[in-house]
Amino acid sequence: MSEGHSTYTPKTGIERWFDARMPLPRMVYDSFVAYPVPRNLNYAWTFGGILSIMLVAQILTGIVLAMHYTADTNLAFGSVEKIMRDVNSGWLLRYMHANGASFFFIAVYIHIFRGLYYGSYKAPRELLWILGCIIYLLMMATGFMGYVLPWGQMSFWGATVITGFFSAIPLVGDWIQQLLLGGFAVDNPTLNRFFALHYLLPFMIAGVVVLHVWALHVVGQSNPTGIEVKSKTDTVAFTPYATIKDAFGMIVFLFFFAYFVFYLPNYLGHPDNYTVANPLKTPAHIVPEWYFLPFYAILRAITFNIGPINSKLGGVLCMFGAIVMLFLVPWLDTSKVRSAVYRPWYKLFFWLFVADAILLGWLGSQPAEGSYVFMAQMATLFYFAFFLVALPVLGLIETPRRLPNSITEAVLEKNKGGSGHPAGATAAPETKG
Amino acid sequence: MKKILTSLALVGLVAAGTAAFAAEEAHNAAAPTHFPINEPKEMSWSFTGPFGTYDKAQLQRGLKVYKEVCSACHSMNLVAFRTLSDLGYNEAQVKTLAAEYTIHDGPNDAGDMFDRPGKPSDHFPAPFANEEAAAASNGGAAPPDMSLLAKARGVERGFPQFVFDIFTQYDAGGPDYIHSLLTGYDQTPPAGMVIPEGTHYNPYFMSGVSLKMPKPLSDGQVTYDDGSPQTVDQYSRDVAAFLTWAAEPHMEDRKKMGFRVLVFLLLFGALVYLTKRKVWEGVAH
Repeated sequence: MSEGHSTYTPKTGIERWFDARMPLPRMVYDSFVAYPVPRNLNYAWTFGGILSIMLVAQILTGIVLAMHYTADTNLAFGSVEKIMRDVNSGWLLRYMHANGASFFFIAVYIHIFRGLYYGSYKAPRELLWILGCIIYLLMMATGFMGYVLPWGQMSFWGATVITGFFSAIPLVGDWIQQLLLGGFAVDNPTLNRFFALHYLLPFMIAGVVVLHVWALHVVGQSNPTGIEVKSKTDTVAFTPYATIKDAFGMIVFLFFFAYFVFYLPNYLGHPDNYTVANPLKTPAHIVPEWYFLPFYAILRAITFNIGPINSKLGGVLCMFGAIVMLFLVPWLDTSKVRSAVYRPWYKLFFWLFVADAILLGWLGSQPAEGSYVFMAQMATLFYFAFFLVALPVLGLIETPRRLPNSITEAVLEKNKGGSGHPAGATAAPETKG
Repeated sequence: MKKILTSLALVGLVAAGTAAFAAEEAHNAAAPTHFPINEPKEMSWSFTGPFGTYDKAQLQRGLKVYKEVCSACHSMNLVAFRTLSDLGYNEAQVKTLAAEYTIHDGPNDAGDMFDRPGKPSDHFPAPFANEEAAAASNGGAAPPDMSLLAKARGVERGFPQFVFDIFTQYDAGGPDYIHSLLTGYDQTPPAGMVIPEGTHYNPYFMSGVSLKMPKPLSDGQVTYDDGSPQTVDQYSRDVAAFLTWAAEPHMEDRKKMGFRVLVFLLLFGALVYLTKRKVWEGVAH
């Protein structure tokens, strides 16, 4: 979209000097100033920028925390408490980092659901979508290992349960589990390697983010109508239009983030993690962080054997399968139309899927007993049915609503019928997240 | 927007329906399956809410209860005497307080361990040499360290309460639990309930019908010199408030800074929003 026709003209001597040797200013100008974005992007499109600043915030707070943290089973818990009590603003750094992880996931879930709603994964954006899925996987690994570092009860027992999944894999399972743990149980070698990896993975995320943004800049952004950009009138320049809109989105997001950091810093955590890890005392209910709960519910929903697959392996396969579904979405969806705005049936199923994901999350936090198990099984069934049945079938049988010919036409049509106010805050469905 | 709200309402309905469905389960008073039997009582605390601050007089009373009662069995390893200045004590008072304790230190130049009076930089000494000794003296269960107790305890709030808690900023799960537990003794268990030998029935205990700790407080046990009532209820409130401070000593700074940050973000957000409107003026989108 923006390839091959740079509009950058160096104005000063220094800029010309750089441009002739390493055209970094040209790249920045072409990517973040002149880069054309569809004019109809709504606030759901600000989450890419929000995720970038969350990643930077996590890395910065994390590096300072690492300066005060000790990765040793006898000292880790105390070193975290030292940060909370004695390090200057240590409580702020730690609460920002711990809640930052949660808000990183809130943002990424909105980002993913936005992609699903508007069909952003469709050709030619399949690779962009898959790179995003890889970032999400890396985030999960990072979040899981970070939760182990304070060496509280949930850290220890969460690590024990989650690494235990790998032992369900036939033949190589035990070997993989021991490799992850550095022994037969969660102990000092586990803590040390998790700390090393927790420090490494965010930089790998940053690397894949570069690829994600690169792919984005090749294919261009999708938009609420799902219609490709056809002419110059369909787009506006990234700066100032998208920059200022992203900035506003970020501030609103930071407002909610700050509300939790300063007023409810432990709301998203578990009280048990303020008790030092004790390998001899199992907590009554072991629950992972909230952002893993839907997958945890799917894992525990498989309480029955399927042929040669026992319930444990079945649960693990379903849990990983739930993530694999995301990777396959570009090929599971058969619809010619991208955006749910023009797909009445898909829109309904999309919102049912959102409800299902939230329900699974809640079930994941409850003990796996009684009626919860049955509900989790039904919710798991719907989860997979959404991907394997609804996505392929709806595309074939659904009659989409009439599509406008271009983004510009869609925008003009909407503004003709709607209020005279051009501002984004009070506009129609397709401009709101 | 309307459609999104409708959809969200649908999500809410589904969730509420399942919650109600799950709540409906057999209830047997003599053999309860979920703990605590009674939900903790919600008290009013000076430190909750966006402008919450610790009541220093209350923290001092709570410290007195800890020193005279709790500290016989419970350690408080993470709390240093120097931090007691938060409770309103001056430097000399902190020194005197610390010197009341004997600290086992060493080795000295001759290689010997020795005892000396506490200094402000010391932490509260533990009542037992190690966890095994603590367990052996207390019927097999080591009394938990109290430094973080107010954050390490909290009864799950359940749906939909946990949603409301975001808006009410409910952050007193720990102190509410501690207060309820300490005032929850002396009740008669339901007929037929089996209370294991050496344990004490308490319907507010979150991990069973009874706990190893006997009723620790009784009326008039600790003398207050500020005229506050010398009752179990008052002692329990004071020590719960003190433990909240011990677990979260920087809470006042945190809430104060939070208010400034939110006001800043609100004003900055308003300015950026107006700028955004100006920039997009005349561009239909």
